[in-house]
Amino acid sequence: MRPENEAAMAEMVKTAAGPLRVIGGGTRDIGAPVEGETLSTAKMSGVSLYEPGALTIVAGAGTPLAEIEAVLAAEEQRLAFEPMDHRPLLGTSGEPTIGGVVAANVSGPRRIQVGSCRDSLLGVRFVDGAGRVLKNGGRVMKNVTGYDLVKLMAGSWGTLGVLSEVSLKVQAIPEASACVLLNGLDDVAAVNAMSMALGSPYDITGAAHAPVGVDGHPVTMIRIEGLEASVAYRAEKLKALFAKTGAEVLVERTPEKLTAGWKWVRDAELMQGGAGDVWRYSLKPSDAPQVVADIQEQHPEIKVLYDWGGGLVWVEAPAGTDLRRSEFAGHATLVRASNATRRAVPAFQPEPAPLVTISKGLRAKFDPRGILNPGLMG
Amino acid sequence: MFKLVIFPYQYWKGNRDMEMPAPDQSIIARKARIVDRLRSVLPADAVIEDEVETRAYECDALTAYRCPPLAAVLPASTKEVSEVLKVCHAEGVPVVPRGAGTSLAGGALPTADSVILGVARMTEVLETDYDNRFIRVQSGRTNLSVSGAVEEEDFFYAPDPSSQLACAIAGNIAMNSGGAHCLKYGVTTNNLLGVTMVMMDGEIVEIGGAHLDAAGLDLLGLICGSEGQLGVVTEATLRILRKPEGARPVLMGFDSNEVAGQCVSDIIKAGILPVAIEFMDRPCIRATEAFAGAGYPDCEALLIVEVEGSDEEIEAQLSRINAIARTHNPVELRESGSAEESAKIWLGRKSAFGAMGQINDYMCLDGTIPVSQLPYVLRRIGEMSKEYGLDVGNVFHAGDGNMHPLILFDANKPGDLELCEAFGADILKLCVEVGGCLTGEHGVGIEKRDLMVDQYDPEDLEIQMAVKDVFDPDWLLNPAKVFPLASSQERRIAAE
Repeated sequence: MRPENEAAMAEMVKTAAGPLRVIGGGTRDIGAPVEGETLSTAKMSGVSLYEPGALTIVAGAGTPLAEIEAVLAAEEQRLAFEPMDHRPLLGTSGEPTIGGVVAANVSGPRRIQVGSCRDSLLGVRFVDGAGRVLKNGGRVMKNVTGYDLVKLMAGSWGTLGVLSEVSLKVQAIPEASACVLLNGLDDVAAVNAMSMALGSPYDITGAAHAPVGVDGHPVTMIRIEGLEASVAYRAEKLKALFAKTGAEVLVERTPEKLTAGWKWVRDAELMQGGAGDVWRYSLKPSDAPQVVADIQEQHPEIKVLYDWGGGLVWVEAPAGTDLRRSEFAGHATLVRASNATRRAVPAFQPEPAPLVTISKGLRAKFDPRGILNPGLMG
Repeated sequence: MFKLVIFPYQYWKGNRDMEMPAPDQSIIARKARIVDRLRSVLPADAVIEDEVETRAYECDALTAYRCPPLAAVLPASTKEVSEVLKVCHAEGVPVVPRGAGTSLAGGALPTADSVILGVARMTEVLETDYDNRFIRVQSGRTNLSVSGAVEEEDFFYAPDPSSQLACAIAGNIAMNSGGAHCLKYGVTTNNLLGVTMVMMDGEIVEIGGAHLDAAGLDLLGLICGSEGQLGVVTEATLRILRKPEGARPVLMGFDSNEVAGQCVSDIIKAGILPVAIEFMDRPCIRATEAFAGAGYPDCEALLIVEVEGSDEEIEAQLSRINAIARTHNPVELRESGSAEESAKIWLGRKSAFGAMGQINDYMCLDGTIPVSQLPYVLRRIGEMSKEYGLDVGNVFHAGDGNMHPLILFDANKPGDLELCEAFGADILKLCVEVGGCLTGEHGVGIEKRDLMVDQYDPEDLEIQMAVKDVFDPDWLLNPAKVFPLASSQERRIAAE
């Protein structure tokens, strides 16, 4: 089913005889596999409003992300939260949509500075599981008019409603960018260095660490963006700050290399094409090296990438291993695995009982028949 | 001397009584028993039931309407909050959570059959972690003292509502508070990492933590801004940031509101993101000059634009901003050259509300509009001001379109209130019409409750109320707020 407007979408949901597999472009095949008739938002496409002077864009949920990015780029603007392209990692094809980005709350390295997709999301229109057309939020930067269902819809993976339209805050593309590179740090030293940077007044917009970088050695990456004078000044300050780490410190200013380097982090390129399962840990940065060391002890062959200053850790491990850890505060998501594994191991970390009760209650209100991506989030 | 009071519309409607549900007499009749049960779970001095003392909790900063609660409790821990809620749940007593009582929307207004649950004794810092950049506090701690707790390491907590000296984090979370600097740093929801919350039945839940992003549904995002209707937040994990190296404002005067509005739009479009862009129009400028003597130019509209960074970075940003301002022929362009001059530039803005209160009674609105609509909306407000014959002062956060029109009226003049009410409603409807909303940072409370139907269709409100059903099936937590009473009536009555 590919509805072309909200009314048609509402009718399809209302009259659905069984479960629906709700997708945008279908490029983010994550979570428990869903059996059901496919409902794609791909035809709910097009930018309906774009005001560069108000930093706001409104678009149909099925609008290709590429189209959004092109429209914004023409005005030297962009989505601040730097959404990841999951296709190369998951081996999926198709066209990522803005609705899919919102439904999965996809963010990239800049999340540490500007927040995730949900922090840029200003408003949503959606059809709930009963076929009601609903809206929440709007297109203004500050809005406390009623409950914030906008945040709730972001990252709900189509389980509470089928998005029909989203409005987002956008950001001007800064005129300059630089990446301070530290070579040779071990994981603990790297997380410390990233904490130093993020605890500095220099507005870091990316902080990542690869224990094994593209050239086979550890590399830590710190990104700064802004006016040219500012970037040059901050790069020098950071170099001085990192002198005490003992690492070799370089500053990369070539735009193509910067773009490629951060895309490498954003899309977890290190793990593309691999045969292992891919896990994504959200945790306190200072806990990250120990969690990684514990996993490494059992599985020395894992590949690891730290982003968000250590608050996000990507791990590629042997297929079929449950790498969920209970000894740290945070959670792990199984991003890539075979269908069999995804049926056996919950992709989303089970939550404490009281939160499960609340989430179940909410699902029952938004989707009383339980037909929207049932079981996807567990 | 006129009163310094912000009136809600409903106060002037009909017989000028705030419409609140009639108190449940069966609860009032059980007062002694309820108080006894509360005393059994709290220290003696944490339960206030004396009719004189409960008056301290009869209103928040929306002082036009008052009603002493049945009792007020001041628990000191999450455990005590849980005990209190268990008692109230068992007794079927409505609970009105209260931070510092600075709500402008009546969010903490009690009814005669309700217990005020104040978090004023819960002010501890529980954990400070500079490496991971967060602080965990009890929710009664004031906004400013959160920043105070991390100041020695040059860190701060970003959201800065005007009431930050007094307002509590609990209230900030309930109303998703903003402030002058949220243009760059975001509002409360963008700076909140986790909460400890007590459900109406006393169950204690942990949502989020020191990590980013939710494991499942974003319940944290739902809690923030829910006006104390879903649970009582007792502890909060907040993101802290390193202070910028410096900050400097520039003051710009223009000869029309439209030109100033256009300048705001141009600055934003140029890709420069100041930390704050504040706007004042002539009535406000004159009032603040008379009140605070900040040395503002006598012009139609004034902008205060603040940027951050090192001296060199500030220079670079200000030279771009000033260049944009010059294309709009400013009548004045004054860059601060020292800390004293910066303070003087901010002085008038910070005393604007007080200054307007010196002239007359006023009503403060909080509608938010798309920034691109600023010139149009300001012009329409000007036209409506003439039609209604009431002056309006505009002072607001222009960078994010969060307006604060202050309508001046004379409470002693018959008919002025009704006129002001109609004018205010027209302005808020205008905000919604141009793609904005009723409230940007104050919250709905009781004040804008009945205007919700102008922004949302019945089904949009129904799904929000269904969310409350999940968290608080008996509708005991702050029940008569946010939703039009007619919309929530069935649920509130069913719960009794």
